[in-house]
Amino acid sequence: MIYLDNSATTKVFPEALESFTAVATNYFGNPSSLHELGMQAERLLIQAREQIARLLHVKATEIIFTSGGTESNNMAIKGIAWQHRHRGRHIITTSIEHPSVAEACKQLEQLGFEVTYLPVDERGIVSVEDVEKAIREDTILVSIMHVNNEIGSIQPIEQIGATLKKYPKIFFHVDHVQGVTKVPLDFKKANIDLCTMSAHKFHGLKGAGILYVREGVKLSPLLAGGAQEMQLRSGTENVAGIVAMAKALRLAFEKYEKARQELNEMKRLLIAELSKIEGIQVNTPVDHSAPHIVNFSINGLKSEVFVHELEKQQIYVSTTSACSSRKKAPSKTLLAMGADQKRAESSIRISLSYENHRGQLSLIIEAIKHALKKLQEVAREM
Amino acid sequence: MKYDRILIRYGEMSTKGKNRKQFIYRLKRNIAKKLKDFPTIRIEETRDRMYIRLNDAPHEPIIERLKDVFGIQSFSLALKTESDLEKIKEATLSFVKELPYEGKTFKISARRADKRFPLNSNELNYELGSHILRNTDNLTVDVHNPDIDVRVEVREEGTYITCADVAGAGGLPVGTSGKAMLMLSGGIDSPVAGYLAMKRGLEIEAVHFFSPPFTSERAKQKVIDLVKRLTTFGGTIRLHIVPFTDIQQEIYRKVPENYSLISTRRAMLRITDEIRKKEQGLAIVTGESLGQVASQTLESMYVINDVTTTPIIRPLVAMDKTEIIDISKRIGTHEISIRPYEDCCTIFTPKAPKTRPKKEKVIQYEKVLTLDDMIAEAVQKTETITITENDLVHEELNDLF
Repeated sequence: MIYLDNSATTKVFPEALESFTAVATNYFGNPSSLHELGMQAERLLIQAREQIARLLHVKATEIIFTSGGTESNNMAIKGIAWQHRHRGRHIITTSIEHPSVAEACKQLEQLGFEVTYLPVDERGIVSVEDVEKAIREDTILVSIMHVNNEIGSIQPIEQIGATLKKYPKIFFHVDHVQGVTKVPLDFKKANIDLCTMSAHKFHGLKGAGILYVREGVKLSPLLAGGAQEMQLRSGTENVAGIVAMAKALRLAFEKYEKARQELNEMKRLLIAELSKIEGIQVNTPVDHSAPHIVNFSINGLKSEVFVHELEKQQIYVSTTSACSSRKKAPSKTLLAMGADQKRAESSIRISLSYENHRGQLSLIIEAIKHALKKLQEVAREM
Repeated sequence: MKYDRILIRYGEMSTKGKNRKQFIYRLKRNIAKKLKDFPTIRIEETRDRMYIRLNDAPHEPIIERLKDVFGIQSFSLALKTESDLEKIKEATLSFVKELPYEGKTFKISARRADKRFPLNSNELNYELGSHILRNTDNLTVDVHNPDIDVRVEVREEGTYITCADVAGAGGLPVGTSGKAMLMLSGGIDSPVAGYLAMKRGLEIEAVHFFSPPFTSERAKQKVIDLVKRLTTFGGTIRLHIVPFTDIQQEIYRKVPENYSLISTRRAMLRITDEIRKKEQGLAIVTGESLGQVASQTLESMYVINDVTTTPIIRPLVAMDKTEIIDISKRIGTHEISIRPYEDCCTIFTPKAPKTRPKKEKVIQYEKVLTLDDMIAEAVQKTETITITENDLVHEELNDLF
């Protein structure tokens, strides 16, 4: 089996799973309980927060635990919008964001906010000038992803952050779900106020996520209740998931640091090989893209059928992003890049993990050629 | 070419005459401890500065850690080369090219400490400056307000090229001023007092008063975490946890309410002083600041202080609360201190403590107590934990992370 759908989710590290089981079994107390068991659970939470803060080079008080990427994105966007609604109601984002950003913005539009969706170029990259041009007197938030989940393009977060420095009243949120551990990002240097991460994208478990909230940034909580997580996110903490996430983040940083070069090589070779195949258009730019994502289109053929064909050969890939792959919809990112309908509807995403290597390349390419041929035959008969 | 060393300039210790040797020895030891997980580095000391030879160790994390070492005035990344004009030219150029220099201005500040070198400082400035100008684009000279000030020092053992000083933590190397006991409550002030004491070269041991079940394990844990934070600046720190419940209850029962606080503080100071004797310290550090709370009026301090002649160091005495909070945030103790657990000071706090207590009265009240025996017992039952910077507090939990 070759699993190539790591942008949808990753295989959990056995070490992280061990931590999860150990914590859920032995330290099941509620961190808010006053007794010994509660204290142990609280201790684990503190230690996890400190470890994650250290790995991200931020303060422990700036780490808020959530249930995952979707919640973190919603919390950042709606939390800022609600808290600062009296100062302004304009939000800037891009046309290639993950649905948890795009849909949150749409909900805000229904509540009277205005949202500017910036275009991207043919490589899937937003321009810093466009961001600055879109800024208005009443802009309160700019939300831009670091690595695009569909095609892997890297947005110029540091430069955007530098530009936003001139507008101290605008908050800067970055969806770092696809980027963390794979593409380095210096939160401080990039002037980031809020940053989203999700455990199961770096070999942790589903159900745990992070929102980095820079010291001094005020936002209104989505969930009201017992005032956990510094009053920002109520609900009994998922201690086992959080400890496993802290461990997974440490291991992922180590492993991806080592694997980065290999993955980059593999991406280049994949792109080079795929470009040679007739009927395939590569959508991922060679430069300014993450080391682990390669997206291509199969010239209007049915991408879902293609996924199943590859599956027969035990190779698992994805049509665009997993979240939107059930809906029969063209890739939003590809449309924004100016691709035609046919190309946007037939896109396939390969997403690698540290476990993939160049040795698998010929197998993958052969399988793709084989699947493509079968699909082309069916298409001709029809 | 890459930076191969970090140059460290000593702080005040350069002026300390005879003690200099001990200062340098301590500083070197403190730095070595701080950087012990970079096995390739070598620390070399000379009379007026120290060099860390990186031997391929990454410089960024080392710089971050050096910022927390007391006794360093400033430090900078450096490159060493032979004292030969062509070699210096080449090294200076590659040094500049390592920096984000485009669109910037620069100047060369050469110093010829080794007078045998054929060019004097001005000639050297000119030679090196023009060499850089010839070999770079988009970099201009500004001798008054340069973005990049490249310093070139020709010394006997070689030529050092440095730029951009990073400010050090200042102060004196921890341990050069002797040892003191820090009374550590868990609040915001006492960790800051400990930090400032260490900054002046004191080695500290912390004393905490623990009153179960009135104060919880969490309060104790909080103090352990605070000490752990302080080890960033002081290396290994010992924490003495004094069982204080019996004494506190005894005072609470027998001393009039408005004097109970003063009496409690006196007992704490006596116990700390006993531990100090055992540990051979010479002073006691507290987080007291004038006028903050009832026990910190001058009258209260006078009555409390009466139990000992040991020097009491109060680094915060003349500071405003906001200044103290600022430091606590900077050194990372604030977020621990604000955890909301009861400590022994808050739980027995009387409703209306005396703000102008009288010494004669306290002594009178305390006559009914059997404090001497109780204090001896508390000291004897004190638990001591050694906390070091790099270990996690709970080793049995390490596997989980």
